[in-house]
Amino acid sequence: MRFSDTHRLIMGKAEPLGDINRLLRRIHIDNMLLSSLLLLCALGLIVLYSALGQNTDLWLRQFARLGVAIVGMVVIAQFPPDLMRRWTPWAYLFGLGLLVLVLLLGEVGQGAQRWLDLGIRFQPSEIMKLAVPMMVAWYLHDRQIPPRPMHLLVIAVIIAVPTVLIAKQPDLGTSLLIAAAGVLVVILAGLSVRLMFTMAALSVPGAWVLWSFMKDYQKQRVLTLLNPDSDPLGAGYNIIQSKIAIGSGGMFGKGWTNGSQVQLEFLPERDTDFIFAVIGEEFGLMGVLSLLALYVFIVGRGLYIAMQARDTYTRLLAGSISLTFFVYVFVNTAMVTGLVPVVGIPLPLVSYGGTSMVTLMAGFGILMSIHTHRKLLPR
Amino acid sequence: MELFSPIKDHHSETRIFGGRVILSIVIGILLLGTVVARLVQLQVIEHEIFAEKSQGNRVRIEAIPPIRGLIFDRKGRVLAENLPTYQLELIPEQVADIDDTLRRLARLKLIESDDIDRIKNIAKRGPYFKPVTLRFRLNDTEISDFALQRHRFPGVDFQPRLVRHYPYGQYTAHAIGYVGALSTRDLNRLNSANYSGTFHTGKTGIEFKNEQTLHGSTGHKQVVTNARGRQVPTDPRDRSQSLPDGVSSQPGQSIYLTIDLDLQMIATKAMQGKRGAVVAIDPRNGEILALISAPSFDPDVFTVGMSESDFRSLQNDVDRPLFNRAVVGTYPPGSTIKPMLALAALEIGATNLTRRNFCPGYYSLPGSSHRYRDWKPEGHGDVDLHDALEQSCDVYFYEISRNIGIDRMHFYLDQFGLGQKTGIDLAGEQPGLMPSRAWKRAAFREPADQTWFSGETVIASIGQGYMLATPLQLANAVAALAMRGTRYEPHLMAATEDPITGARNLVSPKRLPDVDIQNEFYWQSIVGAMNDVMQGVRGTARAVGTGAPYRMAGKSGTAQVFSVAQDEEYDEDEIDERLRDHALFISFAPFDDPIIAVAVVVENGSSGSRVAAPIARALMDHHLGYGDDALQ
Repeated sequence: MRFSDTHRLIMGKAEPLGDINRLLRRIHIDNMLLSSLLLLCALGLIVLYSALGQNTDLWLRQFARLGVAIVGMVVIAQFPPDLMRRWTPWAYLFGLGLLVLVLLLGEVGQGAQRWLDLGIRFQPSEIMKLAVPMMVAWYLHDRQIPPRPMHLLVIAVIIAVPTVLIAKQPDLGTSLLIAAAGVLVVILAGLSVRLMFTMAALSVPGAWVLWSFMKDYQKQRVLTLLNPDSDPLGAGYNIIQSKIAIGSGGMFGKGWTNGSQVQLEFLPERDTDFIFAVIGEEFGLMGVLSLLALYVFIVGRGLYIAMQARDTYTRLLAGSISLTFFVYVFVNTAMVTGLVPVVGIPLPLVSYGGTSMVTLMAGFGILMSIHTHRKLLPR
Repeated sequence: MELFSPIKDHHSETRIFGGRVILSIVIGILLLGTVVARLVQLQVIEHEIFAEKSQGNRVRIEAIPPIRGLIFDRKGRVLAENLPTYQLELIPEQVADIDDTLRRLARLKLIESDDIDRIKNIAKRGPYFKPVTLRFRLNDTEISDFALQRHRFPGVDFQPRLVRHYPYGQYTAHAIGYVGALSTRDLNRLNSANYSGTFHTGKTGIEFKNEQTLHGSTGHKQVVTNARGRQVPTDPRDRSQSLPDGVSSQPGQSIYLTIDLDLQMIATKAMQGKRGAVVAIDPRNGEILALISAPSFDPDVFTVGMSESDFRSLQNDVDRPLFNRAVVGTYPPGSTIKPMLALAALEIGATNLTRRNFCPGYYSLPGSSHRYRDWKPEGHGDVDLHDALEQSCDVYFYEISRNIGIDRMHFYLDQFGLGQKTGIDLAGEQPGLMPSRAWKRAAFREPADQTWFSGETVIASIGQGYMLATPLQLANAVAALAMRGTRYEPHLMAATEDPITGARNLVSPKRLPDVDIQNEFYWQSIVGAMNDVMQGVRGTARAVGTGAPYRMAGKSGTAQVFSVAQDEEYDEDEIDERLRDHALFISFAPFDDPIIAVAVVVENGSSGSRVAAPIARALMDHHLGYGDDALQ
C-alpha cells in the first residue's frame, strides 16, 4: 500500500521524536492528539487574550482551567476501556440520579436549575455528555450490529430519559447535544438509512403538531430564533456585528488585538460564543481556515482511533466522541457566520469558560485510552 | 433463539462501521464546505462592503419612538401635547474622555457641574451606542453656542425630539399627572424593547394609568453613521449602503377626558394661596368635571429635566404640591355626613321628621359629666331634623346617634361610598376610613383599645373621631344625594381615539348599587333641608346661596384638626394657621334636576360655609351658564 505523507502523519507513523513517543505511549497518551490539542489550546489562549480586551486576570484563570482539564485528560487515559465499559451502567445511573437531584434541590443559576453543590459546584448534565454515548455503546456491545427494532426502543429510552430531565432544567441546547451524542452512536452502529429518512420525514408533521400546541409567546420566540432580523434591537444585533467583524477581516485579518469590532466592543459575547468572529476579524480567512484545519485534524484523528478500535464498545464510543466534537465546531461556526439561528454553543476549547472544557478533555482522554490500550485487549 | 449472546460477526461489523464513518466524513465535508464557502463570501467577495462598514461607517439600529397620544378635555381643548425641542445628547462609545468632555460642556454652561457625576453613571451603564441625554430643551442661544463649538465635541450633538408639554400645566396637573424620565424601575415594569428611543413615561395620574394606551409602539430602522455617530444619508444606488426596510412606529391613542378646563381654572384660581382640593362630578353618570388639588405645580418641569436640588425642594415643600389631595388626602368629613346620617336615622326609625329635641349647646351621655359641645355655645334651642340640618345642630345628632349605633352608621355611610375606594381611574386612591366595632377590633392590638366606646359613636355622628374621607369620596357621596340614591363610579376617561383612523372608543358610565333607602319622601325631606342650608332663612350657607338664579342644595362641614379642652374657648385668631379647622363643603345643583355635584376641602380654612362654599358656587354658576368670565 502506498501512503501519502498526510496519511502517515494521521496514522502516527512519522517518528521524528521516537523516544518521547515511546514514553508517551507508556503513559497512554496519544502524541498526535496531544500535540494537536495543545496547539489548539495555545491558539485559543492567544485569541482569548485579545477577545478579553487584554484582561490578564481572566486570561490567567482560563489558563489554570486548561491545566486542570489536561491533567484530567491524562488521568482518564490511564483507565483501560474494559474497565470503563464495566463501569458504564453505574456512571450512567449515577449521572441520572444527580439529574433528578438537581431538579429536586439544585441551585438556580441565571434562571435555570443546572448546578449541584456537592462540595464543588458542578452541572450533572456535563457527566451525561459522556455517559449517554457510553451507555448506548455498552448496550450495543453484546448485541448484534446493526441493532434490531427491539434494541432501538431500549436505546431510545436510554437517550430520552436524561434528555428530558435536562430539557426540564431548562437547558434545551445541552439536552439536544446529549441526544445527538447518543443518536450518533446508533448511526455509527449501522442504523438503517431507510429508518433515518423515515424519522426525518415523520419529524415534519410532528413539528406541525407541536406548533399547534404552542402558546403565542412561544411561537414568537421560535420565529425570532429562525429570523433574527425580526428582532434587530436584540438577537439580530449580534449577527449583524459578527458578520461585519468576519467580513472586514478579509484575507489576512487586521492583526492580533487590532480588530476594531472587537476592541471597540461592537461585537457582543466576543470572548464566549462569538470568539470565532474575533479570529475572523484579526486573523482573516487564513486564520479561520487554519483553525478549521486543526479541528478537522483532531476529528480525523479521533475517527482513525475509532476505526482502529478492536471491539464494538470502544469503536462506537470513539466515533461518537469525535463526531460530537465536530458537531460543536460546525454549529458554532455556522451560527457566528449567520448560517443557522443563534443558539448558545461555545467554540470548543477556545471560548472562555471551564465547564465544557473539562468534559471535552475527558472525552479525548477516553479516546487516548482506547487507542493506547489496544494491544492489551483480546482480539 | 438467542439463548446465548448472539454470534457477533466482527468482519461485517467492521464493514458497517467503516461505511458509517465514511458517510459521516462525507456529510462533515459538506457541512464544513458550507461554512468555508460562507467565510469566502464574507471575507473575500463582500470584504470591501464589510471593511467599509467597520471602518468609516457603522450600521446602527435606531429606534423610532412613537408619538405619545394627546390628551383633551371634554370640550376638545388640548391639555397635553408634544412639542419639538432640541436636546443635547452624548453617545458614550464615541467619546474618548467622557470626564473631560462633560467638564468642558459645563464650562460652556450647557450642563450643570452638579450633573456630571449623574451623567457619567448613566453613560457607564451602557449600552454604549445608545445616546445619553445631557440636557432637555435647549434654547436658541444654547443651540447656536453649541453649533459653533461642535467640532470640539465628537460624540456630542443636539437632536430634535418631541417632548411632552402641558399648555395649562398647573390647572390640570393633578388630574392628568405628568411624564418624567424613564427610570430603571419603569423599564422593569414596562416592555423595555418598546421604550428604546423613548425618554419619558407616565409617572402619575392619567399619564401613568393609561401608559399602554398613550405610548403606542416603537418602530426601528437601520442607519449608516460615520465614526462620529452622525447619520450619513444613504445613496440608494450604492449596494453597500442598501439597508433593509425598517418598521414605522405606531402613535399612541388620544384620550378625551371628562374634565372641563374652565372649571379646572375656576377652581384652581379660587384655591390660590390655599391648601385643599375641589372635585366636581356629573351625578348623572359619574363623569369628573373638575379635579384639582392645591397648591399645584408645573408638570413641565419633569420633562425639562430639573436639577437634583430643584426636585428635592419641590418634594420637601411644606405645602406638598405634588400630593394629590383630591384622591390621596383624607380628612374628617365633619358635618358633611349629616344628611346621609339623617337618611339612615329615618330609614331605621332612630328619629322621625316631627321629633323635636332641645339643644342647650352641649350634650352629655347619661351618667357622665363630659360635655360634647355644639359649635354654637348658646345652643340652637328647640329643633327638629330639618332645623338640625339647616343650622347644622350637633346636639340633635349626638342624641340620635345613640339610637343608630356605630355599626348601622357604618352600614349606611358605606352605601354612600365612604370608607372604600371609589374606583376612579387614577392611581394611588385612598379608601379613607369608616369605623365600626369590627374595624376597631381588627385595627388595635391592645385589648383595652379594641372596645368601642359610646362616646366614640357620639363624635362619629358629626364626622369626627376615626372617620376619614377623601374629597373625591365626598363629591361622589353628594352626587348620590343629588340623585336620591342612584350612584355611579367616578371616572376621568371619556373616550380614546385612534389618531390615524379617528375611530373613537367611548367609556360608558358604570352604575353602582343604589343606596338602599326606598322612601322617596325621606329623600325629598333631607335634600330639601340641604336646599334650605343654602337658600333658607336660617341656613348656615345662606350668604352663599341666596340670590342665585337657580335652586341648589349643600351642606357645610368643619373638621377639627386638634381637640379643644373642656370649657376652653376656640379662638381663631389665637391659634396657629395650620391648627385651624378644615373647611368642607358639599353641594349640588340644580335642585330638581342635578347636573353637577361639588365637594370642596380647604385645609385650615376654619369655616365650611364662609371659605369652601363660595368656591362650589363659582363652579356651579359657570357650569349652569351663569358664570361671569372668571376665566379671564
